[in-house]
Amino acid sequence: MGNKTDKEGAMVTLEGGGEPLLSVRNLKVHFPMDEGRVRAVDGVSFDVQPGQVVGIVGESGCGKSVTMKAILRIVEPPGRIVEGQIMYHSRASGEAGTSKVRGTIDLVGLAPNGKEMRDIRGAEIALIPQEPMAAFSPVHTVGNQVIEAIRLHRDLSKSAARQLAVDTFRDVGISMPEQRIDSYSWQMSGGLRQRAMIAMALAANPRLLIADEPTTAIDVTTQAQILRLLRKLRFEYNSAIIFITHDLGVIAQMADYVVVMYLGKVMAQGPVDDLFHNPLHPYTQALLRSIPSVQSAPRVKLPTISGSIPHAFNRPKGCPFHPRCTSFMPGVCDRDEPELKAVDGRQLVSCFLFRDTPEVANGQA
Amino acid sequence: MARPETNPDPAPPFLEVRSLTKYYPITKGFRRRVTGLVKAVDDVSFSIREGETMGLVGESGCGKTTTARCVLRALEPTGGQILFQTADSGTVDLAPLSRRELRPLRRQMQMIFQDPFGSLNPRMNLFDIVGEPLLVNGMPNRKERQERVAELLGLVGLRPEYMQRFPHAFSGGQRQRIGIARALALNPRLVVADEPVSALDVSVQAQVLNLLLELQERLGLTYLFVAHDLSVVKHICDHVAVMYVGKLVETADTKTLFYSPKHPYTASLLSAVPIPDPRLRSEGIELSGEVPSPANPPPGCYFHPRCAYAIDVCKTQSPLLRQVSPGHFVSCHRAGELPLQGIVT
Ligand SMILES: Nc1ncnc2c1ncn2[C@@H]1O[C@H](COP(=O)(O)OP(=O)(O)OP(=O)(O)O)[C@@H](O)[C@H]1O
Ligand SMILES: Nc1ncnc2c1ncn2[C@@H]1O[C@H](COP(=O)(O)OP(=O)(O)OP(=O)(O)O)[C@@H](O)[C@H]1O
Ligand code: SF4
Ligand code: SF4
Ligand SMILES: [Mg+2]
Ligand SMILES: [Mg+2]
Repeated sequence: MGNKTDKEGAMVTLEGGGEPLLSVRNLKVHFPMDEGRVRAVDGVSFDVQPGQVVGIVGESGCGKSVTMKAILRIVEPPGRIVEGQIMYHSRASGEAGTSKVRGTIDLVGLAPNGKEMRDIRGAEIALIPQEPMAAFSPVHTVGNQVIEAIRLHRDLSKSAARQLAVDTFRDVGISMPEQRIDSYSWQMSGGLRQRAMIAMALAANPRLLIADEPTTAIDVTTQAQILRLLRKLRFEYNSAIIFITHDLGVIAQMADYVVVMYLGKVMAQGPVDDLFHNPLHPYTQALLRSIPSVQSAPRVKLPTISGSIPHAFNRPKGCPFHPRCTSFMPGVCDRDEPELKAVDGRQLVSCFLFRDTPEVANGQA
Repeated sequence: MARPETNPDPAPPFLEVRSLTKYYPITKGFRRRVTGLVKAVDDVSFSIREGETMGLVGESGCGKTTTARCVLRALEPTGGQILFQTADSGTVDLAPLSRRELRPLRRQMQMIFQDPFGSLNPRMNLFDIVGEPLLVNGMPNRKERQERVAELLGLVGLRPEYMQRFPHAFSGGQRQRIGIARALALNPRLVVADEPVSALDVSVQAQVLNLLLELQERLGLTYLFVAHDLSVVKHICDHVAVMYVGKLVETADTKTLFYSPKHPYTASLLSAVPIPDPRLRSEGIELSGEVPSPANPPPGCYFHPRCAYAIDVCKTQSPLLRQVSPGHFVSCHRAGELPLQGIVT
């Protein structure tokens, strides 16, 4: 196993030892703005194994969506990847024969609109975006947009692509798919639109599906169906999934491995059971306390994390969580940035409470 | 904080919705011939007492948003009554009012939207977005507006310095707070919140829920709260109404609904709540089939094709909403005789 951190802060994970499908290393995406530089993503590292469901949690604005946009190379200007690597290992997914992509590629090195990136986007790595409303154009039917997306990556006739679109609509639980496919996104309810989005992402049969809050605006039985659908997909196609949600319940039910982000940084990561039953990082602990549960008493004040999230260009010096942390150590946490360290051989934690592991204690003055 | 237990009290409800219906025509061809009706909301009745919160839950497309928008008269209902106790002129039926008649009542009722991305004008900065209702409703002084906007931003946990920024520079959760600040600008009495915290992450959600509870207590607000997260609904609502394909299937006080549901659909909803513990992974009650379209619902009980307890009568006769205990209404032929499970204690 041996989780280690090398000098650059790029960590070596992981369980299993197999080659990961995706390795994000020290990724930094910044937006130069009039008010200052928004460090939306500021040194993020994690791996996705083939077929694994990686859950990403974190508060609004911590850089989850921008990280995903960076992976797909669709960060809006003036945003820019300023550092880091996004290694995509096409072989890791097995049947490389069908893939247009070979070997290992650093997606950061590709032109965002070049042919290679276009071959990867949608076909190899597909996104279910956070804003389904924005994802569909209001002037074309949803069906035409799905058909177009299919034909971009697959050599199919229009009618074959339409049939595939209808089948996929049915797969994701849309009733009357033959009719629904001819509607416009604005005619659909939130849940339907979300399903149409998932259908569009699935139609190309991607190796890595990035689901950015895919069940946020829909109710629980539909959510349960979509979660079942994503689980099924993962087993049937061995697709890996990066699952972004703010719902710790969904993470607990879905993820194999969890990455906790805050202000553009990874605070903690580890297997789902460790994260929930032995949370080490103060931020992970605070998050878990603040969930209303069906078991808890109604109408009582929930424990919240004090203060508000600083904007990314007002990043606090030192540990980004320090102004809100109940374990804050003056002179330590507000001076240096903690690095992501393996703590118990399973979790990686970025917090000075754990600096007394020998290597760190020696390294710190 | 102690709240009275449900008692069938005689005070007229703050808001009473009676047999609300909203149908959309289905049109075909370029002459837009009407070939059918989408019964988006079909005979929905419930009431809310002043200062309380009614939760509206159900499957996507079941008509929650349409109900909520009809109540606020952002939509014109096809039928039914919406009896609202106004601040000064007694009880008014909002359903038949014209746009002009509604105008003076608008500031008493505000909406927080489901989609924080779609509901904010991208070309307006925060000052204009939150300050617009103030300007429109007679606060022409810019300085005064700035003060109020700063206060409102503070109330929802945003920094007043953000006033000059535009929505695109904010993340989803931050945008939802902007929407709440805007809704609260005119001190409304009824706030209709359509999935107000579903786009928020947990610690912010906890803050907003605390905020909504606190505002309710301080300002005596009444909420109609549309949500899909039953943990949130259980936390914040006094009463809950469950909808399925445009119809109300069950309504009761929160405790009764969660611990002793009497409708099979409610029970399957409860079983689908994702529990935040990876050791308690469950698939929930798998509902067979799909949600019927409100344009073409099945005969009898709309839930019968998916219901494990359906009997012959369910296939032909539509069950009526009936009271099974004080304040507990269920629309099921077999209400009371089924071994349904609520939340496990
Ligand atoms: N186009 C942009 N221009 C300027 N700043 C941006 C832009 N897009 C994102 N940001 C900033 O980058 C940071 C990260 O944003 P991101 O959308 O990744 O957050 P998130 O974690 O997905 O949040 P949420 O849970 O609310 O969706 C935020 O501070 C946001 O304000
Ligand atoms: N303008 C419209 N024209 C035709 N049908 C409509 C229109 N608006 C809504 N509908 C239909 O009415 C039904 C109820 O929609 P509504 O948006 O109220 O559902 P909802 O319960 O809010 O769903 P969600 O949880 O997905 O937001 C749906 O079948 C929807 O397709
Ligand atoms: S480094 Fe310090 S401030 Fe940051 S989480 Fe750990 S104890 Fe809290
Ligand atoms: S009326 Fe019949 S079909 Fe409908 S919920 Fe009750 S038992 Fe099930
Ligand atoms: Mg996001
Ligand atoms: Mg809705």
